This record gives sequence, C-alpha cells and structure tokens, in this order.
Amino acid sequence: MATVEKATQTINGAQILIEMLVRLGTDTIYAYPGGCSMPLHQALREQRDRIRTILPRHEQGGCFAAQGIARSTGQVGVCMATSGPGATNLVTGIADAKLDSIPLIAITGQVPQAVIGSDAFQETPMVEVCRAITKHHYMITDVRDVARIVKEAFHIASTGRPGPVLIDVPKDVQLDSIPLSDVDFDPPMNLPGYRPEVRAIAPEQVRQVIAAIRRSKRPVLYVGGGCIQSEASEELTKFAVRTGIPVAMTVMGLGVFPGTHPQSLHMLGMHGTVYANYAVDQSDLLLAFGVRFDDRVTGKLEEFAKHGKIVHIDIDPSEIHKNKEAHIPIHADVREALVALNAALTEEDIPDLSEWSHQIAGWKAKFPLGYADAGDAILQQYAIDELWRQSHTMDTYITVGVGQHQMWAAQFYKFDKPRRWLSSSGLGTMGFGLPAAMGVQTAHPNAIVVDIDGDGSFQMNIQELATLHCEKLPVKILLLNNQHLGMVVQWEDRFMSGRRANTYLGPIDHPEALGEGDGSMPDETFPNFVAIAKGYGVQAKQVRSKAEYPKALAEMLASKEPYLLDVICPYQEHVLPMIPSGRTVREIIIE
Amino acid sequence: MKHVLSALVMNQPGVLAHISGMLASRAYNIESLAVGATENPELSRITFVVNEDEKKLDQVRKQLEKIVTVVRVQDFSGADYVERDLMLMKVSTENGRRGEIRELVDIFRGRIVDVGASHVMIEISGRESKIDAFIDRMREFGILEMVRTGRIAMMRDRTITEESGVDTSCDAATTSKS
Repeated sequence: MATVEKATQTINGAQILIEMLVRLGTDTIYAYPGGCSMPLHQALREQRDRIRTILPRHEQGGCFAAQGIARSTGQVGVCMATSGPGATNLVTGIADAKLDSIPLIAITGQVPQAVIGSDAFQETPMVEVCRAITKHHYMITDVRDVARIVKEAFHIASTGRPGPVLIDVPKDVQLDSIPLSDVDFDPPMNLPGYRPEVRAIAPEQVRQVIAAIRRSKRPVLYVGGGCIQSEASEELTKFAVRTGIPVAMTVMGLGVFPGTHPQSLHMLGMHGTVYANYAVDQSDLLLAFGVRFDDRVTGKLEEFAKHGKIVHIDIDPSEIHKNKEAHIPIHADVREALVALNAALTEEDIPDLSEWSHQIAGWKAKFPLGYADAGDAILQQYAIDELWRQSHTMDTYITVGVGQHQMWAAQFYKFDKPRRWLSSSGLGTMGFGLPAAMGVQTAHPNAIVVDIDGDGSFQMNIQELATLHCEKLPVKILLLNNQHLGMVVQWEDRFMSGRRANTYLGPIDHPEALGEGDGSMPDETFPNFVAIAKGYGVQAKQVRSKAEYPKALAEMLASKEPYLLDVICPYQEHVLPMIPSGRTVREIIIE
Repeated sequence: MKHVLSALVMNQPGVLAHISGMLASRAYNIESLAVGATENPELSRITFVVNEDEKKLDQVRKQLEKIVTVVRVQDFSGADYVERDLMLMKVSTENGRRGEIRELVDIFRGRIVDVGASHVMIEISGRESKIDAFIDRMREFGILEMVRTGRIAMMRDRTITEESGVDTSCDAATTSKS
C-alpha cells in the first residue's frame, strides 16, 4: 500500500475494498457518492493513480458503463453507489447484467449496522431487493471479511456462466480499522456450494456429435452469447468453415462468427433474416452452442426446429432441457467443446452440403435484408448501412438502446469480431446505449465507439452527455430521431389498428400524439437535441436529407471529441422481417 | 407426482429467503419445506416436497444447485429412504369420548402430550399417509387446531455430506438424458 508505510498502521474497510479491486485488475470504476459510500470514495481518491474513478450523472448510467467495460473486454466491470436511492438506481443495470450473463460487481453503501432494519435515512435492504437478479450477493458485516468477499465476488462474477454480484457495505464496516498486518489480501475463499468448473466434454459425446454431423444433410449452427463469453469465436469459425455448416446468430451472439462471411445466416428469431429462420426450421441437425432458446428466438416452442436433432452445449446445466428438450445435451464450456470437436473431426465426417447450401443461397437471393428508397428522407436502415460502410474498417464498437434502431443495427451492421456489439438483449433496457458506449470508450480510449440510439432510449440516460464532456470520452452518438417510440408504434400499426397510445414523444397537443397528423416531420423536432448537447459541451448537428448525411456522418467519425448527430428519420418504417410473438416461421411478415 | 429433494445449504442469514424466493418467482409447486440444523454447524438441511413432473423437478434441482450458498442437492426419487412428518393436534373431548381418542392415539403410536378441561393435545409422527389417516379418524371428534412440520427425509444406506457432492449420480443426471 502506497498510503500505509509502517507495519503498525491500520487500514479501514473501505481501503481494503479498494485495494482488493486494484489487485483484482480493476482499472476503472464508475461510482456516484453519497452519505453511506463516502469512505469508499475517500479510499478511491487515495488510490487515484491506480484506479480511475468516473462520476456518472446517474447511478444507472454508471452501471451500464461498467457493463460496457465488461461486455467489450470480457473483464469484470465495477460500479458503485451509495445506499437507498443510489443503490436502487443500480437495480435495472444489475437485472440487465443477470439476463445477459455479464460479469459485473455492484458495490453499494449501506447504513451502519446499528441502524439496519430501523428504516433509517436512505436505507433499503439491497440484498433482499437484489436476490433474484444477481448471481450472488453479499452484505459485509465484519471488516475482516472484506478481502475474502471481494475476492469471492470477482470469482463468482467471472467464472462459469458469468453474472452480477452485489456487495452491500455498511458504513461502519467501511470505517472500521484493523492493523494492516492482519489483512490477507489473498485470503482463501469459502464457497463450498460454488463449483463452476465443468468436466471436459466426454469422448463419447464428441463421437455422438460428429456422427450426427456426418449423417446430417441440413445442419445449422445456432450460436449465442455463451460463445462470446467463453471466447469461442476462433474455434467456432474454424469449426464452421471446416464443416461448411451455416451459422445463425442470436442478438447476443452477433460477431462471434464474421457477419460478412458467406456462411453467415446473420441473426435468427423474431427480427432475424428469413433465410436464418427458414434454415433453422428446415434443419435436420441444430447445433445450439451457448444459447438458451429464448422466446424471441424460438417463437412457438413446439414448432421450433422440430424436424431435426438438437445438440445443446451450455456451461449452465439449468439451461439444458429448460425450454427445449435436447437430443444430445452437453454440459460443457463451449470453447473447450469446440476444441475437442475440431480435434476429432476428420475428412470423412464432413457431410456433403452442396444441396443445402444451394437451397440457402436461393433463400438469401429471394429474401435479402433490404429497405426501400425513400427519396431524400433518411431511412434508419440506410443510416446504419452507411455507418457500416464508413466505419467497419476502423474496428468500431457499436452500442444501442432498445427498439427499432436496435434491431436495425443488429440487421444492417455486420460485425466481424466478437465484443464489438453491445446490446441490452435479455432485459431490453432503453437507455443502455449511451452509458454503455461511455464504458467501452474508457476501456478502449482510441477506438471509435458509436452509440446508435433512438430518441426515446437516448433520453433515458441523456444526462451522461455530461460525463462524456467532463471525462473527455469521445463517444459518437448516431441518433435516429423519429419523434416516436418506434417499436411500440410498429406493434400499434400491426396489431392495434395503428391507434397511438402514448407513443409520440412531442407535445400532447400535436395531432401526431393521437396518430392524427399528416405523418410528416415537424420543422422543429422536440426536444432540441443539438441545443441540449451543446449545453453539455458536446458537439452536435442535425441532418434531415439523405444528400447531406454521408458527409455529416464522416465529420462525426473524424471528430476527436464526443459528438451527437441528430438524424431525422420517418416513423412509418417497420422492422422486417418479423415473426409475431409466439408464432412460427410460417407466419413471418416480410412486408 | 411428489418428489423429495434434500439440500445442504450454508448456515447463513438469508439463504432460506433466497431459496424460497427463487421457488416462488419460478412458480414451482412446493408442497412443504423443512429447515433444520445438521451435524455440521456450518450447514443446514432443507427438505422439500415438490409436486411437479420429472422435467420440472429437474429444473427445480438445477436451479437450487445454481444458488451459491446451496452446497448439495439430492433427489430422493427412487431411493430407499425414511421420511417423517410431525404433527401436533388439539381434539375436543367435550362429547365425553376421551377414551376412544386415547385408543386411536395408541393404535397410531401417537402420544397425548397435554390434557385440558375439554380437549387433548396429541403428538404424532410418521409418514404422511399415516398422519393423513389419523386426521381423518379425528374429524368426528372435532379438530380444534393442528400444526404440521414439513416432511423430513433421510436415505437409508448412505449419507449426504458436503464432500460427496463432487462425484455422485447428481452430476450424471445432468448430462445423461440422451
């Protein structure tokens, strides 16, 4: 410890906790102070040469920023808040990390133990609140447990199926001091019930899978976030290319196989490509690797991939048979399983897929992802397509909010590498994009980081523009502004006769609020995002015509500062294809 | 179908709340749940009676195992085990039939543990079916109050300990469904 020279000196709980964060590899923490976390912030200040503390403008922003670090690096992201409202503001981000299996540590201050349970000022029972939305949770009751609990929390968050861990730290524990010489900074863990290590895939299982591949005529790989978490991209690509099996990716899996590769079927599921969904439907062998048969992927479960065998590999045994019965269930780390499969594959095992490839090529030609020519209007799909053209060679990171823009980004930005695409996929949290981008930028200071956002989502964490400016984080925001909550509008149009119900984001006396306008964009959109951005010290520009868009986009990408490009888009566009909720591929809507 | 699951858990505050919250939020049908100390002061044992089909039961077991403070889960289905319920019951003696009640208590190997002016309190333990039968017999006398523990169970020929968690049938059940 730099601050503690003599062996007789003492160290308090807050200092131990921060020292442990540093020792466990945390170089950046997003933390918002308050009464019950001030000692932790004092300790952070002491350690500012070893750990960067970034002040978000809302705790939720801090939590998503920590996720941005975790999702883009694979390392544990760390955020901190004070007790009560500070802590509950983290809750959405924690639940989000749970559903997407993101390694996250959320540290919360807590009122002193003497007043816990007395409804003290800013007291919430965080452990109770977070039980169902964390992988594990702690409340530290003794300063002597701090080092062990922080070590355990990192271990739990990052091993097995990753997930969020809450550490609730009462203020008295933060302030309680013990002799420095009494602290073991690498204490033994006490986790008899936590055994994340999985056995290697058994040789007979490898043989079973390979035999299934050899016999198959229409195999499909269905790969997801598990492949990204286990860093399986390289092995997966090798396996797919060697066998010639086409690859369909979940929203969480985008980038794990190159999106521009001819074998890529791109995304499957509700807003997946027609060819990915057709291929899965027709497959005689579905290789489901690191996926969880989410309802947004399967639609009607009984009809999903019902013609073929299912091989399901997952590190979490509770996912196996949970939604869909697997014929060959394998509880394993998917990367290790792929290593074993790649090692065991021989030339004779490679099936002849020429007929299958031909059929898929036919579907690709007949049902490509596309969009109309809207004259001088800037369609969202075009805007994203153009962003891809201008930025894909720059190793760009893309984050998104939730809604139409998210699905269009998933469809039209082709990711060639894992961890370049950050989306709140399981929880679907609006407001994820900007803070997540902020986190990515801290972990990758020189990278181009673009938050593709909608005007609804963006406003949910718009305050983080301040953080971008103050912390000098040159995040780019491509705001696809249609003045509406586009995805809900789309569902209103499709399933509720177009009746607008609280989906217009402008003033309520505007005819569009009830869907009675002429459908054109007002001359002055609301709010004035350019003025807001400038108020926060962020460069900004609005574009309305297709002719000016490419240049404006290039200007933004070239900027060394944070930049908001407010792109005015029509709200009449729908994300297609679409398989309505709970339906089958046969009911896919393509226009 | 009823199944008995037995879980060794870390003896820490909040573990029971965590487990019962998980069961409730996933809408699993739990008929009874009994918690108590074990031979190891660091561990407690929770016995569940789960009223679900095999597929759901498998999920319940896996979700329990996922909880970090749950050390070990054992499914007693198909195993040779002893199970017991304990019940206390107050039965009215106002009709002057205390003798008949005593006789039935003896037959069921229960005990009268308290005698009031117009009632007796009976303690009885055993398998659920026996206790249910006893309750049926007592109805005509007038049951004033009753309380039952959840079921507890123990394997006959092998003990479940923390250490045996690493290698046994439980893990095999996870992956051998093909």
